[in-house]
Amino acid sequence: MARRTLIQLLTTLVYNGNLSGFWQGKIYQGATKRACLPGLNCYSCPGALGACPIGSLQSSLAGTILRFPFYVLGLLLIFGLLCGRMICGWFCPFGFFQDLLHKIPSPKIAKNNFTKRLTALKYFIALLFVIVLPIGYYLTIGVGVPTFCKFICPAGTLEAGLPLTLANPALRSGLGGLFVWKVLLLALLVVTAVVIYRPFCRFICPLGAWYSLYNKLAKYGITVDEAKCIHCQACIKTCQMDCTVVGDRECINCGKCRQVCPTQAIHFKK
Amino acid sequence: MKKLLWFLALALLVCGLYNREYLLVWQKAMLICLECVGIG
Repeated sequence: MARRTLIQLLTTLVYNGNLSGFWQGKIYQGATKRACLPGLNCYSCPGALGACPIGSLQSSLAGTILRFPFYVLGLLLIFGLLCGRMICGWFCPFGFFQDLLHKIPSPKIAKNNFTKRLTALKYFIALLFVIVLPIGYYLTIGVGVPTFCKFICPAGTLEAGLPLTLANPALRSGLGGLFVWKVLLLALLVVTAVVIYRPFCRFICPLGAWYSLYNKLAKYGITVDEAKCIHCQACIKTCQMDCTVVGDRECINCGKCRQVCPTQAIHFKK
Repeated sequence: MKKLLWFLALALLVCGLYNREYLLVWQKAMLICLECVGIG
């Protein structure tokens, strides 16, 4: 097993170590949930030992009162400055799920000019569904609504919605149109991820959008030794994300480009 | 720029800890999020 796959698997298990929650249909309530995890992992997953940073950001920003989310923003900034989108490539369970789906044999759609343009969508979704709409709900009805979790997040459906409703009959009685919508979105994403590499990370994920801002500044991640680079573009040709330069905002630091670089110009920062 | 961002990150975190915002995160994370499940 490749080193990155092993780390992704271990990360998924560590994030979701409360295994008994899956058959009890209950979520973990311990003190570790005071901290946000760096990757996208729903806090209502029965196994989750930590909080989801995107869910926490929405609820801290506009929950029962409107406030500036110092704690969650501070953590998100530290995660970004430490690893940037290396978190997407190595420490995100939902990214790992999409990596596994893409291994299923099928015709594949490679990156192209359209997918490169579509990467801008995640910034729009982050701004609208994580900031503007939760605040808008608070200002109009007096209570913030975590609109990204409610209307979009397929990680929530996969990790919380499906296991909890399977194991907990009380929750099944409350299911309706919203659940159907979320399951359809998840199904669409699953099918798309088989054909297109990491569609959620590339086009939708607000966490990826945030971390992309720090990719160049991050302490850890991939970099190019310009003195050794011969500009053959082998790295960009092998990259499955929408990178135009190694280590740019779309780079998840997976390291596939290192294996094809003829001059070993690409390496991880130490 | 990097040092300034690190300073900002730590300042935000300290302010958040001082305000006990981790308890808000915990309160949300310890209860089943009906929006995440698709009920809320």
